[in-house]
Amino acid sequence: MALIDKIKNLEPDKEKSPLLHTAYDAFFTFLYTPDHTTVDGGAHIKDGMDLKRLMVHVVIALQLCFLFGTYNIGHQHFVAMGHHAGFIEGFHLKLVHGLIQLLPIWIVSHVVGLGLEFIFAAKKGHAVEEGFLVSGALIPLIMPPDVPLWILAVSIVFAVILGKEAFGGTGMNIWNIALLSRVFIFFAYPTTISGDEVWVSGFERIAPGGLTDYGWAHGMFNTFFEWCNIATFQAGAVVDSFSGATPLALAKQGGWEAITAQYSASQMWWGAIPGSIGETSKPFIIIGALMLIYLKIASWRIMLGMVFGAALTGIIFNAWGGSPFMTVPWYHHFTIGSLLFAMAFMATDPVTATSTNTGKWIYGFLIGFIGLVIRVLNPAYPEGWMLAILFLNTFAALIDHYVLEANMKRRLQRA
Amino acid sequence: MFSLRKAVYFLVIFLISQPLLAQSSSPNANYTIYALVGVGLFVILGVILSLSDNLMHVEAHDQGVELDDKETSISSLLGGILGKSDPSFTGGAPVHRFKKGFDIKLTGAAKSTIDTGAGVNRYAVRPSNFRGIAPIPRMEVAEGDEVKAGDILFADKKDPTIKFVAPVSGEIVEIRRGAKRSISDVIILADKEIKYKSFTVPSLESPRTELMDFLAHSGALTLFNQRPFDVLPSMSIVPENIYISTFDTAPLAADQGILLQGKEKAFAKGISVLGKLTSGKVHLGLDASGDAPRNVFKNAEGAQKHWFAGPHPAGNVGVQMHHTSPISRTGKVWILRPQDVATLGELFLSGTYDVSRTIALTGKVANPRYVKTYLGANIGELLKDTLTEDNVRIIAGNILTGKKTDLDGFLNVHDEQITVVTEGNQHEMFGWLLPLKPRPSISNTIPTFGDLKYDVNTNTHGEKRAFVVTGQYESMLPMDVLPQHLFKAIMAGDFERMEGLGINELSEEDVALCEFACTSKQPLQAILRDGLEMMSEQG
Repeated sequence: MALIDKIKNLEPDKEKSPLLHTAYDAFFTFLYTPDHTTVDGGAHIKDGMDLKRLMVHVVIALQLCFLFGTYNIGHQHFVAMGHHAGFIEGFHLKLVHGLIQLLPIWIVSHVVGLGLEFIFAAKKGHAVEEGFLVSGALIPLIMPPDVPLWILAVSIVFAVILGKEAFGGTGMNIWNIALLSRVFIFFAYPTTISGDEVWVSGFERIAPGGLTDYGWAHGMFNTFFEWCNIATFQAGAVVDSFSGATPLALAKQGGWEAITAQYSASQMWWGAIPGSIGETSKPFIIIGALMLIYLKIASWRIMLGMVFGAALTGIIFNAWGGSPFMTVPWYHHFTIGSLLFAMAFMATDPVTATSTNTGKWIYGFLIGFIGLVIRVLNPAYPEGWMLAILFLNTFAALIDHYVLEANMKRRLQRA
Repeated sequence: MFSLRKAVYFLVIFLISQPLLAQSSSPNANYTIYALVGVGLFVILGVILSLSDNLMHVEAHDQGVELDDKETSISSLLGGILGKSDPSFTGGAPVHRFKKGFDIKLTGAAKSTIDTGAGVNRYAVRPSNFRGIAPIPRMEVAEGDEVKAGDILFADKKDPTIKFVAPVSGEIVEIRRGAKRSISDVIILADKEIKYKSFTVPSLESPRTELMDFLAHSGALTLFNQRPFDVLPSMSIVPENIYISTFDTAPLAADQGILLQGKEKAFAKGISVLGKLTSGKVHLGLDASGDAPRNVFKNAEGAQKHWFAGPHPAGNVGVQMHHTSPISRTGKVWILRPQDVATLGELFLSGTYDVSRTIALTGKVANPRYVKTYLGANIGELLKDTLTEDNVRIIAGNILTGKKTDLDGFLNVHDEQITVVTEGNQHEMFGWLLPLKPRPSISNTIPTFGDLKYDVNTNTHGEKRAFVVTGQYESMLPMDVLPQHLFKAIMAGDFERMEGLGINELSEEDVALCEFACTSKQPLQAILRDGLEMMSEQG
């Protein structure tokens, strides 16, 4: 018997155990494309591209950000202690520390999210839809490295149930799911996602003198490293000169001078700065963005519109110069914070963005404008993309409405 | 291209940047300023050109001159200098170039040989081919009757003046019934030599009503197609235009020039007949890509010629009409295929109803070629001994819009090809992640190599999902229509929006490519048909 027949023998009954059947169906369609053929009354052949393939390419585009982000978690941890200050020093230690921080977040994100998707699919009687593959990959990248896992799980439950399933599942949500989970933490548990303490992981307190907080996983790797005769995790403390401030927090206090006092422009560009896990490395984000544009998965109009909006707003703020934050040169706004990450992966979500080509320009431009305004003018939290994108998600349908009205008026004038 | 608004925006940004740059102390500031001044001058030049263009249009409008946008706009002049030059056979006429769309290249294209010995014995007329007529028409014949080609078989109860006639002479062997006793086929066993009923042909100077009556009772009116809604022509209305597309860009489609071989005089006569039937003009859509079209099209008289170049669906009548003479809100347009025009012409030349057709056998057949036969030929007899595989799907028509049929079926009234394709009812391991077998795709995630032709199957390559991807349908439809919103409006039953977004300009063949490309595997042609039914019921 062929492998596929052996697998088909395992199929649970759909009526008696719907959840198991849904799980079986999800894994079966992961392994094998269905044997459905086209129906009469439509096109008899279909494109080789489907939603699974689309989602998996977005996840592939994110992998460079994942790799760098994992490594950067470790790097920031050791920079705070003053050990292995060079970027490549202590490579194995940094990578392992990063993985120890990231893997639980990634696992919780997927288990909770996919578990919910399975339950809802079983209840509704349809197949598990692939939307969460991308959201599940994005959520770890927008979280601070030290986010408590239970808070993360609660936020995902909120985002998936209230943000997606309540509206009808994949393709029906109004707001970006990954951003909904982050905004839940932002409003419900604000201290875990803002301030200077959260962007570096692995210490009890990020204030000077805070001791390292290593667990059983670090101990396990230590035995392996000792066996290989390479450096191991040593207990340490945060050095006095360290502040876990991200470039954004510094800009709010003292503008461009404050940023350049602590980080060099090249450091901010390549990404060896504290921040959310995936947002720091600009070249890798740009590579991912270009890949998605080439594959025609993400809209270049939204990305370019956002660049124009942010650039124009940055120029206006530079000309105004009212507060220290406004002195940050407009082109450096792209290297601090999560502007590029939001542009490449969050704003371009096709379900929540506008669906007309003209609407995409307006949508991108307004996100750039409003996001930068919030970043520069917001007294409480120096980053605006999450709020700007969710705000524009609300208005995406309105923008599309007016583009449609214009199309209809053009048609009436032709008739 | 350039619009006044965009120019004003550029100017505003240029002006804002000036005081900022004035503050910069870098030694290279001068170069930046000069470059920006250069851009500014270019912008002003563009504004002047655009303004003069608009003024010229206003002047022309005042004088009552009809200006075709393509001939006079500055952008087309620049495009002519810098872009692709039009081929010489267009004789200087403007070419509508489409960038949107996609050519699906498949194996099994028909070779240019015409096989005359098809040997088909059974032909059928199928009431289901004609949208909107009652499922049980009023039969004028019964099983066992002998008929000549052109004899009346049945008429629609809703409009009994339009008659449906026999395509060949012979004996009516079977009146096959379908669901709920509807008549699915009237099957005729053909004579060896076709006997034609002879009609008294009215002269072309007769009033239009007389010509229409003649067409109705001779059966030729059943070859016409009325847009919107793709129904039989209504006797009471006068169409504002008649449109004929002389090239078909669908996958593996037949070459219309080959189909019309030997019927050139009939085609020319048909065009002159059509000119009498409309209040507007007869339009021909011609192919400007590739080699020159045949003389029968290029030198046709009495019709306005339009040239088009681009990937599928450039050959669709709906797309061509949209760009040259769009349907007005309440107007009707009649569509014919070139072979139907030839039948019409032959009727007026010789007084006989001659529906001989050349059709293409394409796809997974042993010898893809053209065959000479008549309308409504039996599929099994056409495909005799040519099927190479067992697990195939036989499609009457092209692979995007055709109807599934079997060896017992018959050609439909507008079919000009049969496509045979492998059924794809097998699972593929990790087929979505690593497609091992090459398959056509509009996506860049699946590499397509130049001119490679694909051996496709009917697998859906994925499951049906909600609409996720945006901009995909727009890139497959070269019309000023927003298809995704139109489909959503149809599914919601929103009539105002459906009409406003242009459902009346569309037919299933126009959105068939969108359905092929759809990542969410939605049944777009079925949705559009539902929408068109809703609109036609509204009246």
